[in-house]
This record gives sequence, C-alpha cells and structure tokens, in this order.
Amino acid sequence: MERDDLIVNDSYSLNATHSEEAGVKIRKNIIFVTVLLTAITAVEVAMGIIFKRAETYTWEAIKWTFVVLTLVKAGYIVMSFMHLGEEKSVLKKSILLPYVMFIIYLFYILATEGFGHLFNHNSFH
Amino acid sequence: MSGHSNDNVSSKELWGGGRSPYGISYGKMYMWFFLVSDALTFGGLLSAYGFSRSASESPWPIGEQVFRALPGLDGQYPLIYVALMTFILIVSSVTMVLAVEAGHRNDKRGVIRWMLATIVGGMFFLGSQAWEWSHFIHGGGGSFLLAKEVTIADENGTLYTLPVGEPIFMDHHFGELAEGYANGDSNVVLENDHGHIKLVQYGEHTHEAELHSLTIDKYIIGEREVSGDDAAQLWDARSESFKFGANMHENEYAMQQSYANFFFFITGFHGFHVFSGVVINIIIFLMALQGVFEKRGHYEMVEKVGLYWHFIDLVWVFVFTFFYLI
Repeated sequence: MERDDLIVNDSYSLNATHSEEAGVKIRKNIIFVTVLLTAITAVEVAMGIIFKRAETYTWEAIKWTFVVLTLVKAGYIVMSFMHLGEEKSVLKKSILLPYVMFIIYLFYILATEGFGHLFNHNSFH
Repeated sequence: MSGHSNDNVSSKELWGGGRSPYGISYGKMYMWFFLVSDALTFGGLLSAYGFSRSASESPWPIGEQVFRALPGLDGQYPLIYVALMTFILIVSSVTMVLAVEAGHRNDKRGVIRWMLATIVGGMFFLGSQAWEWSHFIHGGGGSFLLAKEVTIADENGTLYTLPVGEPIFMDHHFGELAEGYANGDSNVVLENDHGHIKLVQYGEHTHEAELHSLTIDKYIIGEREVSGDDAAQLWDARSESFKFGANMHENEYAMQQSYANFFFFITGFHGFHVFSGVVINIIIFLMALQGVFEKRGHYEMVEKVGLYWHFIDLVWVFVFTFFYLI
C-alpha cells in the first residue's frame, strides 16, 4: 500500500523491528515490570489495611509513601510499557515537560487560591 | 525498539525538513499529544477531588471502609476488590505490550493472540466495574438521620451524646426491608415483639428482619456497632430522612453529595475510556486478523492503540491511589 504520510528517509519507528533473540530479552523485561507493578499494588493494599488512620502522624507518612509508590508505578508504565524511555530525548521532553508544568501549576493555584471562596460563603459541600 | 533515528546528524539537517526530528511518525506523535491533554483532564479531575475533600467540613468517607465487599461473599475485605481490578488492568496492559512486541517481529499470530487476550482483559475490567457501580448504588444497608439527641454508652460504658442529624447505619438485612418501609410500602410492617424490633414484609413469601445492631461512623474512622437497648433507642429517634446506596441526589456514604458524584464521574470517565479502548482494540484485532498490517509491512497501529491502552492503566494507577487509598 502506498502511503503518503511517510517522509522519504527511514528515520521512523515504523521500521523498528527486532529479532527473535532481542524479543526474548524484551519479554523478560516485560515480565519483570509486571511482577514489580503487581508487588507494589499488593504492598499498597496491605498498607491500606494494616495502618489505621487514627494515628495521624503515621498516616501522613503512609500517604506520602502511597504517592511515591504510585509515581514509581507510573514511571515504569510510561517508560517501559509505553516505550517512552526508548524515544528520542526531544520527544520525551515535549511529552513530559508540559504535563509536569501544568499539573504543578494546577496544584499550586488550587492550594494557594482555591480556598478563597470559603471566606465569603460556605456553600461548597 | 522505536526511535532508532539516533544517527548523528547536525541539527540543521535534522530540523531542515524531509525527516522526522522526533523519530516517530505523525500518528504516534499525535497519539502522545492526545494522551498528554487527556492526562491533564484526569489530573484536573483528581485535583478537584482532592480540593473538594480538603475543603469539606464534615468527615470524608475513606476507601477501605466504603469498598470492602466481594461478590457473593459476606464479610469484609477492604480494598481487595479494587486491587483485583487493578491487577486485571495491569495484566491486560502486559498482554498489550506483548502484542506490540510480536508486531515488531512481524509475528501475525502473536499479535492476534495477545490482542485477543487484551480485549478479554478489558472486558473483565468493565464487568468488574459494573459490579462495583451496582454495589455502590445499592449500598450496604442504608442510613437514617437522628431526629433528636440520643445518649448511649461506648465500649467502656462511658455515656456520650449523639447530636441531631447524626447518620446511623443499618445492616444489609434490616436495610433491605427498611427501604420498602421508608418508601411507604404498605406490605412492610414495623413490629415490636417484647422489645424485639423487626420489619416484616408480607406477601407470597413473608420476609422478616430483626434489628440486631446499628452502626455509627460506618464509613469514617471509629466505626462502631451498637446493639441491644441502645440500638432500639437510636431506631426510635430516627427522622424521616433515610438514604439507601447512592444516586445523583443523595448517598448514604457521606453527608456531601460531591463524594458520590466524584465517584461516578471519575470512575465513570475512566470506565468510558476503557470501553472505547476495548472497541478500538477489537477494530485493530480484526484488521490484524484480515492481514491488513501484514500487507502494510509493519504493525505500528498496534503500537498506537497500545499507547492508548497503557494510558488507561496509567490513569487507573492514579485513581486507585487518590480515590481509593488515600
């Protein structure tokens, strides 16, 4: 099939093929990431069940552990399953930077300005 | 695997046209850009959830108290069902990455096999979510609000007073009949047999449920069961305000309707992504089956839908943490 969306030279992932031997190695890595993601989820659930929220000081630490573990999981999904780790760094940056920038801005603006309405009227329930 | 255009070229040549500076086709690039914008949507939703929660004045329900049922089983299994759903989604993400890997080897049979497994996994997740929604909507027995103050004893025998408007939770069996009673079903009658309060539903088969115990603070910290005379006192102090499960107007889980609404919207929006992902996967599966990609000489379409599918898994990881765990 003739395609008109291709640029003449071969600088594309379209042509990214690999051999059987490479495939074996890649699959090994996939299994490793699977086991890791499942283990992290199991640890999170166990922590959620074991630690009681009444102990506020511990719970604060647990909450942040959840956030860190989630980011680790997300990192493995994006870098390994979505292959972003193997893309060119300019692509990596153009995907990750806008997201990181906007989401940090969103958190910042919510945390600093978001509660202003509470001083005027108490209707947010 | 991908992006092997890392050959050293000058930046003038790289950006001078005629080649892809990112080393990927436009289809894949726009899938990535779409995912970034979609991720911002979910980021916004979860931020709004967190904001709403921290701005809330009455206690917010906690995940391991609300989501602790398993289909067909009695008893409490905090977060186990949600963990199972997470596992299903992770596994279907793995089968998808195996389909992409098979595509890189131009292994048509491998692509077909793993795509099929991914579709099955996606359907399992959708089914699980349907059950979870059904359980959330039907609720765990319902609640009523106190019409007047009630003084009861805690575990140590110390008396304390529950204020007007305090929600009191019924168990599953009593709540089932209480729903008919609260809705004015004339077949359901409240009977008091020597201090044993029970609801009886007359009909072809007569059902009855005795008030054994009531629960305070069921979905927040400090859940406690009250039985005997104290339970009877609480029942007698009930107001007309009963709530059973959740809908778009009220819910038994929290005083704030925003809790139920966020549940419906965040998991619903994610579930809709899963649904469309399954549909797209089926289309790509059929195309692979027909040999379209074999003729084309590459399986990049599998990679593109793979990106979307992994993204669904990625979003769920965050929903799992911020909605259910924290």
